[in-house]
Amino acid sequence: MAEENPKNGKVGLVDRVKDDIQAMKVDIPAKAKEQIEGLKDPTKTQVYTSIFRHKHDDTPRNRALGVLSNVFLHLHPAKINRDAVRYSYTWGMGGITFFLFIILTYTGVLLMFYYHPSKVQAFRDVLYLEHDVPFGKILRNMHRWAAHLMVIGVWLHMFRVFLTGSYKKPREFNWNIGVLLLVFTLLLSFTGYLLPDDQLGFWAVTVGTNMARATPLLGHEGPFGSMLGMTPYNDVRFGLLGGSIVDANALLRSYIWHCIGIPIVASILMIVHFWRVRKDGGISGPAPVMLEAEADKPRRGPKAAGE
Amino acid sequence: MDWRQLWEICSAPDNVPIVGLIPLLAFYIYLAWKQAHANDVLIEQLEGDAALAKTHHRKTWPFKPGWQKEVHVWPFLLRIEFLAAIIVTIILMVWSITLNAPLEEPANPNLTMNPAKAPWYFLGLQEMLVYFDPWIAGVVMPTMIIIGLMVIPYIDTNPLGSGYYTWKQRKFSIGTFLFGFIILWIAMIIIGTFIRGPGWQWFWPGQTWDHNRLIYEVNRDLPDIFGITSNMAKAIFGAIVVGGYYLLGGFVVYSLFRRYMGKDFKRMSLLQFGITQFLLLTMVALPLKMGLRLLWHIKYVWITPWFNI
Repeated sequence: MAEENPKNGKVGLVDRVKDDIQAMKVDIPAKAKEQIEGLKDPTKTQVYTSIFRHKHDDTPRNRALGVLSNVFLHLHPAKINRDAVRYSYTWGMGGITFFLFIILTYTGVLLMFYYHPSKVQAFRDVLYLEHDVPFGKILRNMHRWAAHLMVIGVWLHMFRVFLTGSYKKPREFNWNIGVLLLVFTLLLSFTGYLLPDDQLGFWAVTVGTNMARATPLLGHEGPFGSMLGMTPYNDVRFGLLGGSIVDANALLRSYIWHCIGIPIVASILMIVHFWRVRKDGGISGPAPVMLEAEADKPRRGPKAAGE
Repeated sequence: MDWRQLWEICSAPDNVPIVGLIPLLAFYIYLAWKQAHANDVLIEQLEGDAALAKTHHRKTWPFKPGWQKEVHVWPFLLRIEFLAAIIVTIILMVWSITLNAPLEEPANPNLTMNPAKAPWYFLGLQEMLVYFDPWIAGVVMPTMIIIGLMVIPYIDTNPLGSGYYTWKQRKFSIGTFLFGFIILWIAMIIIGTFIRGPGWQWFWPGQTWDHNRLIYEVNRDLPDIFGITSNMAKAIFGAIVVGGYYLLGGFVVYSLFRRYMGKDFKRMSLLQFGITQFLLLTMVALPLKMGLRLLWHIKYVWITPWFNI
């Protein structure tokens, strides 16, 4: 304690400061020691516990919580059939397709930084990406090849789902969502084809959209089209291209469909698709085999939802 | 044998995926067949042994009493997903480092590419343009494929084979799907990718693409062969042929179903069966029309003032 000033009975400023310094010499090291002790186990800090809501000791409860309390992982159930993790059953194609979609979104956003969807700049931007942008070439390559792989992934996923009869009750609706996702995957790939604005994309899209001319009723060369007043300037192909030929408007339209329109629709459908996988009873198998004699009897008990 | 030509087609960057898809498909067909066969053997065994069927866990993989039926997703599934993500990333990286995405000259509407090909996954549709007018090949067929795929769960009334590979319990549906996917989709893509050259002419693999080759082919229409000349008669004739195909074909499908798939037929409603008949016949019509064109040079079957089939 600072001594009282004998003159007026008050504590002087200098003494107060001295006193504080004395106290600080004790307080701060004590706190520092406490802090260091605390850091030895960071899982007890407030920051950590605010992020991670449960412990990580290897207990069944924590394993379940690890999945259930994580927004990205809680798409999964906590537990699955022991045979469902076998690669030979699912081929992992649905997951791989989704992973490729994520890669495509990531590389696609980066590509968008360097690309202008205009006739003047589009092709030059691709050249610029190829020759000047750091890692631009591998960025474009990855986007291109991931797109092709995604098409293959969707096909193989669908093939597997068919071969395992996984579209059957109660998963009929999810198969339909899947078919729509197939269509949107192909459309994503196709709209991206035009964007480099080179001969390959131009003629591929010309060939592709020429078919729209022939749409029954809605195309000017299609059956009954001209009877309904369709011309090259008002038919469905005109709507797709924003013109009667593949030109600046077509480039802009396919850019917007490719980068904004279809990804949003496809993402929404993916959310529904994954949600329904869970709601329809998880992945379809490998389920116990059924015998001919049981075919027309409804399944009951634990085997009902593919076990 | 022009190996260089063959190499140029196979190594065109955008054709690499289809070149890769072929062995990949072969592998997965093998993988599926292996499991289907194992399941079929098990099914046969259980059907012959009622006592065993009651106690068996009904899978081809080992299971012992006391084993847990379920495993934790963390880590048993997540580690596989993580590994798959890494492997896919590595494959993609290596592919992207070794092979460049194609970039041709700037788009030029005055310089037509020959052949002008769609991306490989659409080449099946482009190949169909040879046999059908664009409104069928480019609009009606793709729409029918999408609708056909979507109705599959509602017309396949067979409750067997849900959640496991099998062949014996689902011969018809799997056979039909394989026919549609492998023959009508993949094989058509292979034709479009490897066989169609300049002018969309048929060049066997290894045959040099001759840009000046001309083929003098006289395509006839079916009514011409029967000496029908008036437009009205042609339209009526075509309607009879096409209608007859669906009626007669429908009857054949019915009699086959009744005979060989009685149980499935019994389960189907009239609407389900009608849709199945129609889709099946339309599917079969594609190779039939291809045959007419390739073997007998017949272009149209049904000619009307508004559309030709």
